[in-house]
Amino acid sequence: MSSGTVAPGSNVQEPPPGRRLAALREGGLQAIPFLAPAVVFVIFGLIVPVIWTVALSVNRTRGLNFGTEWIGLDNYQRLLTRDSRFLDRDEFPWSGALVNNIRWLIVYPVLCLFLGLVTAVLATRVRYEAAFKAIIFVPMAISATAVGVIWLLVYSPDADIGVVNALIGTVGGDPVSWLGRTDTANYAIIVAYVWASTGFVMVVLSAALKGISQEVIEAARTDGATEWDIFRRVQLPLLSLPIAVVAVWMIINVIKVFDVVYIMTKGGPGGATRVIAYSYYVETFENGLGGYGAAVAVVMLVLIIPVMIWQIRRFRSEAVVS
Amino acid sequence: MTTAAETIAVRPRESVSTRIVGFLGRSPLHIALVVLAGLWLVPTVGLLVTSFRPRPDIASSGWWTAFAQTDFTLKNYDLVLNANQMSSSFLNSALIAFPSTFLPLFIGALAAYAFSWIRFPFRDTIFLSIVALMVVPVQSAFVPILVEFQDLGEFLTGTKTAITGWYFGIWIAHTVFALPFCIFLLRNFFITLPRDLIEAARVDGASNWKIFRSIVVPLSVPALASFGIFQFLWVWNDLLTALVFIQESDQWPMTIRISQLLSTYGVEFHLLSAGAFILMAVPLAVFFALQRYFVQGLLAGSVK
Repeated sequence: MSSGTVAPGSNVQEPPPGRRLAALREGGLQAIPFLAPAVVFVIFGLIVPVIWTVALSVNRTRGLNFGTEWIGLDNYQRLLTRDSRFLDRDEFPWSGALVNNIRWLIVYPVLCLFLGLVTAVLATRVRYEAAFKAIIFVPMAISATAVGVIWLLVYSPDADIGVVNALIGTVGGDPVSWLGRTDTANYAIIVAYVWASTGFVMVVLSAALKGISQEVIEAARTDGATEWDIFRRVQLPLLSLPIAVVAVWMIINVIKVFDVVYIMTKGGPGGATRVIAYSYYVETFENGLGGYGAAVAVVMLVLIIPVMIWQIRRFRSEAVVS
Repeated sequence: MTTAAETIAVRPRESVSTRIVGFLGRSPLHIALVVLAGLWLVPTVGLLVTSFRPRPDIASSGWWTAFAQTDFTLKNYDLVLNANQMSSSFLNSALIAFPSTFLPLFIGALAAYAFSWIRFPFRDTIFLSIVALMVVPVQSAFVPILVEFQDLGEFLTGTKTAITGWYFGIWIAHTVFALPFCIFLLRNFFITLPRDLIEAARVDGASNWKIFRSIVVPLSVPALASFGIFQFLWVWNDLLTALVFIQESDQWPMTIRISQLLSTYGVEFHLLSAGAFILMAVPLAVFFALQRYFVQGLLAGSVK
């Protein structure tokens, strides 16, 4: 048994060595009715399916079912070298779902963190903090489907409908089809999702900021530090763990992003907004290629494994601390 | 979250003039906050206003001009609820969301109890394995679960669609995907309960089931509520899992209905805006009524 993660509330006081095994066995019997439903669900709903998906990806499949022929890494090879919708390296800059997702991975966390930090820091200085934070946070409660519809309206290419193009019109510019152009569509969706997610980053960082002792800040202030110094040299270093936590949350979000793309562009125009999860959906359920879709799912799984490891490490170290 | 009232209470009284000077001196801060709040409100307000405007108006003038016209109507809501079956989809969303919340809550609470208050072999190893499964992308389980459902349906009733043809499939799928997080969250709460209380009950001869039901569950209402609200909204807002597991159009939840409006009629904002607001109504109500639990659940859910 791993050390350090033993729950502080364990029911049995450390029994003498001879009786420990008997006590454990007794506990095991008692635990069965409590654990059995969850274990059955997790084994048949997660563990077996994940192994099954890996197996599907290396077999020739008929629809969503197993074929009989082992094809090894063919699906992966095709995915990474011959599927221009997934990864197109023919001309620079590269394109395809993987590249679009990497753009997400860079732009989305940076924007969310910046805006989340700004709103958190500014909000703590005013009396209407609660109201302001509620306004920024509300989009977190909304379905990505609704977020997609909201931003379809914002981006409408008709200057009489979409507020962005109306603003461009007032300064004399021509309306831009934000979601219809291959060079803007992906970023336009990212901005919509940033709008929806910033509230979460703000709440986490704001809670962390409040945990910083007021005395430290006052001391810095008496030493003549400016507000910027206080933020840069006192608050920001103490925010590194919460920032890491929200960064992981955002990375998971990016790897799984699907709904908002499905609603706003269905991956178009010309695949410019496809992301990995969208490729998975299309290959599996629209093209009926179970094995090929499984390979995409395995790519997602591989991308998420570092996050998984980070989380277990964090969890174990926290348990040791407490 | 510290409320504004508390902040005021601890501050020493200032004269009106100092406060005005202070307020003006900080006007850049206030302007920045007002601009940010405006940026965040405009998209939603635009959709809300649009949903009450007649269809020809939406196409001919921007929603920001609507305040001058005051020509509002409920026709879009009538149209989307009745002609486009949004009302039955609303019911479907509820039919999907409630069991998909209570099932993992019950099963997860039982398991979390075992992980916190019963000592058994490999307890921490099993628990850590479940924690690890929290971030597994649902995509890597979809197809096998579908095939399992078909096989199970055929085995139990002789027809392949026995499970996938009704809400069973999506209830089970949501339960499976929620369980690791649910067990994680509840276990971390359960182990903070007073040990003496549980020991005392045990000495009095209470069974594990009795302790779970009459001590652990009543004392854990905040954690159970946080998870319940988080999971309910997660399912209510979900599109992907429903696309995979709901195959009959008369069982579509609102999220699928809206995506279907889009692909059937194109971008018709009189339908989409009203539809999106009906979809948003429940989460918004939950948010404003139960903000504290909702934020707690989300914070705990930052790992999902």
